[in-house]
Amino acid sequence: MMRDKYSRPHVAAQGVRLKTSAMIASIAGDDQPTRMAPFGTALVELAKSRPDVVGLSADLAKYTDLHVFAQAHPDRFYQMGMAEQLLMGAAAGLAREGFLPFATTYAVFASRRAYDFICMAIAEENLNVKIACALPGLTTGYGPSHQATEDLAIFRGLPNLTIIDPCDALEIEQAVPAVAEHQGPVYMRLLRGKVPLVLDKYDYRFEIGKAKLLRDGSDVLFISSGLMTMRALEAAAELERSGTRAAVLHVGTIKPLDTETILNEAMRGGRAVVVAENHTVVGGLGEAVARHLVLNGFSGRFHHIGLPDAFLDAGALPTLHDRYGISSQRMAETIRNWL
Amino acid sequence: MTGKISNTSLEQRARNIRRHALRMAEVQGQGYIAQALGIADVLAVSYFDGLNYRAHDPEWEGRDRFLLSIGHYAIALYAALIEAGIIPEDEIETYGSDDSRLPMSGMASYTPGMEITGGSLGQGLSIAVGMCLGLKRKQSGSFVYNLLSDGELDEGSTWEAAMSAASFGLDNLIAIVDVNNMQADGPSKGILNFEPLHEKFAAFGWHVQRVDGNVIADLVTAFRAARACGQRKPRVIICDTKMGKGVDFLEARERNHFLRVEPEEWSRALEAINAGRAS
Ligand SMILES: Cc1ncc(C[n+]2csc(CCOP(=O)(O)OP(=O)(O)O)c2C)c(N)n1
Ligand SMILES: [Mg+2]
Repeated sequence: MMRDKYSRPHVAAQGVRLKTSAMIASIAGDDQPTRMAPFGTALVELAKSRPDVVGLSADLAKYTDLHVFAQAHPDRFYQMGMAEQLLMGAAAGLAREGFLPFATTYAVFASRRAYDFICMAIAEENLNVKIACALPGLTTGYGPSHQATEDLAIFRGLPNLTIIDPCDALEIEQAVPAVAEHQGPVYMRLLRGKVPLVLDKYDYRFEIGKAKLLRDGSDVLFISSGLMTMRALEAAAELERSGTRAAVLHVGTIKPLDTETILNEAMRGGRAVVVAENHTVVGGLGEAVARHLVLNGFSGRFHHIGLPDAFLDAGALPTLHDRYGISSQRMAETIRNWL
Repeated sequence: MTGKISNTSLEQRARNIRRHALRMAEVQGQGYIAQALGIADVLAVSYFDGLNYRAHDPEWEGRDRFLLSIGHYAIALYAALIEAGIIPEDEIETYGSDDSRLPMSGMASYTPGMEITGGSLGQGLSIAVGMCLGLKRKQSGSFVYNLLSDGELDEGSTWEAAMSAASFGLDNLIAIVDVNNMQADGPSKGILNFEPLHEKFAAFGWHVQRVDGNVIADLVTAFRAARACGQRKPRVIICDTKMGKGVDFLEARERNHFLRVEPEEWSRALEAINAGRAS
């Protein structure tokens, strides 16, 4: 979209406007249960039994919750400075020498700035580097420089790389030891700070490569990842009030995709399938699922909720989630209109 | 603009820039206000002694280009653009709000006078190299200024551009480095050592000056010398600045990369600036 920066906003005419306050915004709702810094906490826990674990950040330890690890293990933490290519290169080097590096920055800087280093220094050699990145998709109102709307598209194309998109604090805590156990490089999307706690109500166990049905329903099947699973659960509750029964299948691992579970659920009971992702509609979960379903003879109704193929606006996060259709309210509306 | 304004009025400009920035930060209740207070003197000298521009025509072909690669410093540049008459003062209240022309991170498509989209740090100097090459191709006498942060010295791309600028002999490039000894995770000195900076830039083939970035008279001298130096070299002015400059209780905050300020403190901060306690 081209905006006209020479047309003045109607300053006086504006009522109360929401503010960006972007860098510290939590995606948690006001009355939602949360846990503080689940990634950092889980990494400290893991480090107790894994002396090979080291942490690296590119001047964003504090903003990726790695500072919790850095405080607990200052001798196992490397501050690489704001140099993301160096961060990934050095993580590769540490992995070569037998260590288990967790490297953190924002999703935009790992996927855009450091991609070639992740590709050649890490993934091509199948090295044991775990990349954990805050601000995935649209989780800041700061504008395109910090909105990683295409990180999954970028990384899905990379052979050897396992991609995790956790929904909440519980899943992050469970994913940390799981990705450490896994042999090979991992890219994990992070929620940081005060992270919502949702999956504790669903008896959830994270397993790499496994999609899990959180809620059953006979009319609609949501297939979702990351924070959109939280939204899908809320939208499903909302839809239930108007008599639409929606199931939610959470896909915590984007790659390798749990194609078996996804196909089974999509083929079961003639439900309308809706993929929901916190990512551009290009190249993410939606296209991965659609490809698989089409190749396997799925001919039912299919809808895709995701971010537009555009550079997104700056603004308050709730405003933007509404504007781009990924708030639970907007999702429920979209589905009601579509059905 | 060059040379017409006395140092006293530059001090007044700097005070006004600090005031505008404080009022914007108050809208959000938090933000990159310590950087804005620290760089205000550099911006006052840039916009009221250094740069050629036309306030009513921000895209005038003959202007000097001022590139802000540090998107988060936008609050500081907006304050300068307001003081320069490029942005109306009444838009202060929209800062960082939905549908504002003044988003928290500076972007070229939003704001008159914002030459590039910053925010992904370490890109500005490369863009500056290209603009300098382009201006030379057009036989333009305009200069390109790039304000970068000490954090941006961590990025390899900054040094690729530094080497390139010298290699091309870009005497129309003036880099301004804000050494405020602060980055996201804390004091720069503890993040990645980039000193000795003067020697580094000199070894890369640049004309180098290092000044106290909060002393206006020294800044004026350095900015004029950078333009006039006569060598076929890019020029850098390394400015040591104080985060929160002019507001004692903000200067004293230790981790001030992103400051939260209590509601009642804003008026105290404004008073400090008005009283000119900026020593
Ligand atoms: C390429 C890139 N990496 C990381 C960041 C995140 N980030 C934003 S500001 C910042 C600190 C950079 O240092 P500096 O600009 O000197 O900080 P300040 O002086 O404003 O505290 C970082 C790491 C970014 N914006 N761009
Ligand atoms: Mg700094």
